[in-house]
Amino acid sequence: MSIPTSGRYRAWAGFALAALLLFVVAPAVLSDFRLSLLGKFLCFAIVAVGIGLAWGRGGMLTLGQGVFFGLGAYMMAMHLKIADAELRGDPVPDFMQIAGIRALPGYWVPFTSPIVTILGILFVPALVAFVLGLGVFKRRVKGAYFAILSQALAAAFAILLVGQQSTGGSNGLNRFRTFFGFNLNDPANKQMLFFIAAGVLLAVVAVTRQLMNSRYGELLVAVRDQEERVRFLGYDPANIKLVAYVTAAFFAGLAGALFVPIVGIISPADVGIVPSIAFLIGVAIGGRSTLLGPVLGAIGVAWAQSAFSESFPSGWIYAQGLLFIVVVGFFPAGVAGLFALLKRKKKASSERPAPPGPADETEPTERMEMAR
Amino acid sequence: MDVVIGQLFTGLSIGSILLLAALGLSLTFGQMGVINMAHGEFIMAGSYTAYVVQQVISSATGSLFISLLVGFVIGGAMGVLLEVTLVKRMYHRPLDTLLVTFGVGLILQQLARDVFGAPAVNVAAPEWLSGGVEILGAVVPKTRLFILVLAVMAVVALSLAMQKSPMGRRIRAVVQNRDLAETSGISSRRTDVTTFFIGSGLAGVAGVALTLIGSTSPTIGQSYLIDAFLVVVVGGLGQMKGAVIAAFALGILNSFVEYSTTASIAKVIVFVVIVVFLQVRPQGLFAVKTRSLV
Repeated sequence: MSIPTSGRYRAWAGFALAALLLFVVAPAVLSDFRLSLLGKFLCFAIVAVGIGLAWGRGGMLTLGQGVFFGLGAYMMAMHLKIADAELRGDPVPDFMQIAGIRALPGYWVPFTSPIVTILGILFVPALVAFVLGLGVFKRRVKGAYFAILSQALAAAFAILLVGQQSTGGSNGLNRFRTFFGFNLNDPANKQMLFFIAAGVLLAVVAVTRQLMNSRYGELLVAVRDQEERVRFLGYDPANIKLVAYVTAAFFAGLAGALFVPIVGIISPADVGIVPSIAFLIGVAIGGRSTLLGPVLGAIGVAWAQSAFSESFPSGWIYAQGLLFIVVVGFFPAGVAGLFALLKRKKKASSERPAPPGPADETEPTERMEMAR
Repeated sequence: MDVVIGQLFTGLSIGSILLLAALGLSLTFGQMGVINMAHGEFIMAGSYTAYVVQQVISSATGSLFISLLVGFVIGGAMGVLLEVTLVKRMYHRPLDTLLVTFGVGLILQQLARDVFGAPAVNVAAPEWLSGGVEILGAVVPKTRLFILVLAVMAVVALSLAMQKSPMGRRIRAVVQNRDLAETSGISSRRTDVTTFFIGSGLAGVAGVALTLIGSTSPTIGQSYLIDAFLVVVVGGLGQMKGAVIAAFALGILNSFVEYSTTASIAKVIVFVVIVVFLQVRPQGLFAVKTRSLV
């Protein structure tokens, strides 16, 4: 699909507008607290872009994005805890001292190094997704099976985290003081974290747009709609799916790593089955097969959740359940689908043959009236 | 030796609970292709049914047997309600049923929290189920034996119903070829509803059984649901004998791995084993023979 020139300009304009909003308007109008809350929403939006790619475009319903989010988050959190401990001159992080652990557990040791931590965040979630995806897609395990397996992975991961004392158990890891040497209590540094999250989100959206406008993007959608035909044309659908799934996992890992310093806590409750599926609702509302739908949907839902749960904590769960039922059941294309429908209707009515002659000079609204 | 026998029985016991939870799923997921995430909440409804029935009937024995019956009906009724209102619109969109029923599950869970409270409640087990039986040197709790017997009875009853009764024949006909079944005068709509009633009813029975071995909380069903799904996946879609073998195999595997490591590591190992197993048999233990390419 070649992008028409006007579409390309529109994309640039949209991109510039988003950058203006995120980098100039938001810091100017929002309090420090609200800004860091928005930063958290941006992290969810980064996950959502990946889900939009894997699920909306590729048809792979992944119920386990919490795993990749959690992997990125825990690696970052482990590094931050170690750095804090080193700053105090302790051999192990504070919660381990309370639990009576004297030496750093073996799997923590690599994360003493900031470079290994960053490499881990970039590659481990993608690698896990690659291994699982290879096992599943190559053997042509079908859609529902894949959904259940990805969900089982999320369950196993959360249970594993709860069971280990050295990951903070069900409390998770929290109370971080520094971020690669920067004090996390300093508002200027917190604002910088927001900018990093905003930058990553914009980059992730740009990469996904390029990917979807390439030949690969067409193949991905083709696999979603007619996997067998794509196979008959000589492509391996497994590889095509794998790229989207690994990319989605990579995005989720990045988001998790940013979530930790912005929010200040990561626990099994953020990565288990329910949060993993909850990631999907924003994507579904915004429009799963569009580029911006997942981003706006995720931010909207996260915002609604924080606004809602302040006043009615249990009310939000009912609302969330209803959203799943109504949006997925009755408006599977999401808000974006409604817009598309309106646009089509408008186009259809304006494309009706206009009466010949002087009608061409009349106002568009009048012409529509006359066509009726 | 005692340890091996003991772990074996623990495994059979985990397996029988999995089987009870998975039997209903093997009908609704395996036969009809509907991924019902609210199945876990139907299990929960069964558990709370046992709790409520015991508030009315104080005799533990009486309340157990009445709960099994009432639990089946309540679970089934909830399933029918779900089928008629939502699922019937979405038979061609299995992945979307997953998300929609997940939403239903969220609501039911919160409803249980608001009605019964978040803390767990307990149901008293009958006197004759207290204590254990010594089998080959290992002591097996009677409640777990009862669940094993219940699971076996459910399998036998269900397979008889599916093989011998006209209703079972209709269900199998609709599963194999919906259009042809319609042509020969079977109402596929009514059959769908019946299948959902039985499948969800079995979830209610599983929920009542669970009250014998632990306390009841709003999230009780959720913790069994994923394992039950895995049983159906490993067993092969719509294959009852597959579900039986898979449930016991996973239960025994789980109990032995758990004995030598920890509960959390066991979960991960069982998951890895399942993914590796699917490399060998992507369609599960037993597969419906079909010419379809997908």
